[in-house]
Amino acid sequence: MAKVDFEIPKLKKYPEIPVVVEGTMAHSSPYVAAEKFQVQLDFPGGNGEFQEGWKEKAIEKMGELLGKYRSLQVFLDSCVKCGACTDKCHYFLGTGDPKNMPVARQDLFRAVYRRYFTFAGKYFPKLVGAVDLTEDVIKEWYSYFHQCSQCRRCSVYCPYGIDTAEISMAAREVLDHIGFGQKYCNEIIGKVYKIGNNLGLPERALADTLEGLEEDLEDETGIAVKVPLDVKGADILLVTPSADFFAEPHVDGLMGYAKVFHEAGVSWTVSSHASEAANFGMFIGSYENMQRVAIRIREAALDLGVKRIIFGECGHAWRVAYSFLNTLAGPWDFLDQNYPIPQHICEFTHNLIQDDKLTFDKSRNDDLVITFHDSCNVARASRMGDMPGGQFTIPRDILKAVCNNFHDMAPETIHEHTFCCGGGGGLLTDDLMEIRVKGMVPRAQALQDVVDEYGVTNLVAICAICKSQFAKVLPYYGMEMDMIMSLHQVLSNAIILTGQIVDDDDEAAEDAA
Amino acid sequence: MPIEVNGKSIETDEEGYLADLNQWEPEVATVMAAIDDAELTETHWEVINFLREYYEEYQIAPAVRVLTKAIGKKLGKDKGNSKYLYELFPYGPAKQACKYAGLPKPTGCV
Repeated sequence: MAKVDFEIPKLKKYPEIPVVVEGTMAHSSPYVAAEKFQVQLDFPGGNGEFQEGWKEKAIEKMGELLGKYRSLQVFLDSCVKCGACTDKCHYFLGTGDPKNMPVARQDLFRAVYRRYFTFAGKYFPKLVGAVDLTEDVIKEWYSYFHQCSQCRRCSVYCPYGIDTAEISMAAREVLDHIGFGQKYCNEIIGKVYKIGNNLGLPERALADTLEGLEEDLEDETGIAVKVPLDVKGADILLVTPSADFFAEPHVDGLMGYAKVFHEAGVSWTVSSHASEAANFGMFIGSYENMQRVAIRIREAALDLGVKRIIFGECGHAWRVAYSFLNTLAGPWDFLDQNYPIPQHICEFTHNLIQDDKLTFDKSRNDDLVITFHDSCNVARASRMGDMPGGQFTIPRDILKAVCNNFHDMAPETIHEHTFCCGGGGGLLTDDLMEIRVKGMVPRAQALQDVVDEYGVTNLVAICAICKSQFAKVLPYYGMEMDMIMSLHQVLSNAIILTGQIVDDDDEAAEDAA
Repeated sequence: MPIEVNGKSIETDEEGYLADLNQWEPEVATVMAAIDDAELTETHWEVINFLREYYEEYQIAPAVRVLTKAIGKKLGKDKGNSKYLYELFPYGPAKQACKYAGLPKPTGCV
């Protein structure tokens, strides 16, 4: 763990609503994207300086978004300041900064909306809390709209269903159009265009990495489990976050998918053209960029001639895939219509378990006591399987099929009430470490509770961002970085492949040596 | 923010990574480590040298598993894991070690 220049919150026995401290996170602001990153996304540059005509451009963009997205205007008009959302945001709970209350975050945008787009705000601004758009307002937007992970927890509690995530996306879209893009997101989207994935992992490196994984899989199981790349005519295209190729524990999950595909006897492939499930176009609220990123998947599917598309463990990618893929990159009439388009890897695995096609030795996970973190975009912005709530039951059913010890965290912190890991929505960057650490307070607290109560040893997630965030931030709360596991990593521990020679005595002897 | 290396001023980006990768020399790593209050041992150099070799070949930092395997081969199996690498580079092997080695920062959900 690196040294820090902020105070790490102490986890308490019970969740507490913090004392409000105004402006305590006003200093938090991510690096602005340099011009070279902005232009790749067709945004103006500015290198952090205000450009001539910025104000008119911003207002014009706001007007355009209000016309395009009815929901945005409804959200801005319908808030009655009831206060139901005030204590629901993990960033408020972790910082005590009142501008991290969802209603206050919305109001940053709403006040400007009222000034330029409502009758009362145009003529009696002071009466309706309308404010002029100034450089200071933009700076405040830049700060606080990058303290929202677009997790939508607040919207679950709002009696009107106001979705702060959508307002935060709109604000970022306006910021992008006046040269104030965020470096982290925009540099990454540029890499997707240029190289094919968030990491900038070129085809040759990807091929080499996958080959290494095949060696490891064979060493472990004695069976030639393949991780195919760019195989034309394969039935299934796997679209997975590039972190699955690169980072831990993500890669252990990928090896788990490979075992499942192998055991299912299906032909599958990864694509070097669409070697990324993530779509940061959503985080920055840019429909054009979201579409441009999504189209790669269509191109890869057509080029490889696949029949099905399956997404790996990635939270926001699943939202984009499940909710928007058809409008962004459809129609998918060339795929096999007998399968969900697209399908989640958990759904695929779950079906095989139901049909008794996979063999597990659950005792191989007996050293673990598992709990499951519902990733926000999977929990609140998508579904899985053919039943409502499938996104909650399917991952848990898989875990219970592959391990003997499972305990959920407190009910108000899971399922649709789940707390964000603290790093979603484009905040998974070192320059936002303080807000990432503080934003994890409610999740870390609920986790600590099951650690104390049930001896939970490991936390499982199905999102690349969650996994990296937990690995990095759990140590701030005295927990181990390898406490976080991929779902298909837990499965991978327990699955026995057909023909795999299992000699537990040998293994025990090896462990003892 | 430029850093001073052997009397020369070398440009870095806002996160401390080299602006121009061609300007790397071993002293760059030493100076960067000093900024983080770290001292580079022979083991650190094994990692840094491997990163540079891999980058030259593949134009990207190696995946964590590729790195741990290589280090395990060089320094012994007990050291071929990310825990050990985090002991060496507490800011994370992918990020801190890449910075010292003059590689671009791995980006994305990592």
